[in-house]
Amino acid sequence: MMRRGSIVFAIAMLALLFAGLAIDYTERESLRPLAESYVRLLPQEVATPNVITGILLAYRAFDTLGEVAVLFMVAAGVGLVLGGGVMRGGTSAAADAEPVRPASELVQTGAKILCPLIMIFAAYIIMNGHISAGGGFQGGAVIASGITLLLLAQPDYRLDVNFLSITESLAGVLFVSVGVAGLLFASGFLDNRVLPLGRFGAFYSAGTIPILSVLLGVKVGCELCVIVDRFRR
Amino acid sequence: MIGFAVSNVVLATGFVLILIGIWGMLTHRNILRIIVGFSLMGTGTHIVTVAIGYVTNGTAPIIDRALSVADAPSRAVDPIPSALVVTAIVIGLAVTAVMLAYAIRLYESKKTLSIDAFTESKW
Repeated sequence: MMRRGSIVFAIAMLALLFAGLAIDYTERESLRPLAESYVRLLPQEVATPNVITGILLAYRAFDTLGEVAVLFMVAAGVGLVLGGGVMRGGTSAAADAEPVRPASELVQTGAKILCPLIMIFAAYIIMNGHISAGGGFQGGAVIASGITLLLLAQPDYRLDVNFLSITESLAGVLFVSVGVAGLLFASGFLDNRVLPLGRFGAFYSAGTIPILSVLLGVKVGCELCVIVDRFRR
Repeated sequence: MIGFAVSNVVLATGFVLILIGIWGMLTHRNILRIIVGFSLMGTGTHIVTVAIGYVTNGTAPIIDRALSVADAPSRAVDPIPSALVVTAIVIGLAVTAVMLAYAIRLYESKKTLSIDAFTESKW
């Protein structure tokens, strides 16, 4: 009773705070100065039509590198917390004793049709990151969802975790080496003018941003696949 | 229609989602439902962040046939909150994965999903 009352009181206080914030908020008529300078300078300096990808992979590329590091740490952390069960005899032996039920026919047929389409869609999203809406993170998440569908349809499918780990680490190393190339050949770490900027809106344009998008997509996809696979055992 | 701007409605929706998430985390005793509440709270925060970046009658900050280079600084929506939220969504997923891994370990140790079984850890 006391707990219930204190929960309601806490939620009510938070609701009052949020209501005060929401009522005081008025929509802006024009962009803030920093955003306005980003939108103005980005087509000239970075030459991507997609301003958000340009910010994520050129102006704020260091934050993206930090987030890639966080993802890697989480994959390692999940492996640490869940991986110890393979060594223990008790729980995993009991889990192996019951047979794995095959997926229903609807899931199997649907997965056969949908998985190739999902992979092509993910590649399209990654490669379109710098031209229109899309990007490395989004495409990587779609790759992982395609692999999850495959794992659901065939429960005894063995993912090659070693290959995925090596690919993901290689993508991370290449990402940092592209950044160092920016230090050596252009004006800063992860500067995208190492490669030619090209025509605005063309496929091969915007310097190193398509390469960084592909590396990001591969890394995020592999990471999420490894995390999903850990939960299967 | 009613006279509320779009971003006010989206902001209010985000705040309501945060409140629902916090209420869910505080009220339920099942670990998985607490994790769902945490994920809801994260999604609500993302929605609030994106809503703050809206400019009246603005459009997406993608320069193509619909939005020319010269028009962009006056008609585009703020791209910075969207870029931050892209990062935040991926990190939210990673944190949820770690929480679920801990939930699996807790279940294996006590054979129950209720957090009332773990109260002896409090001091």
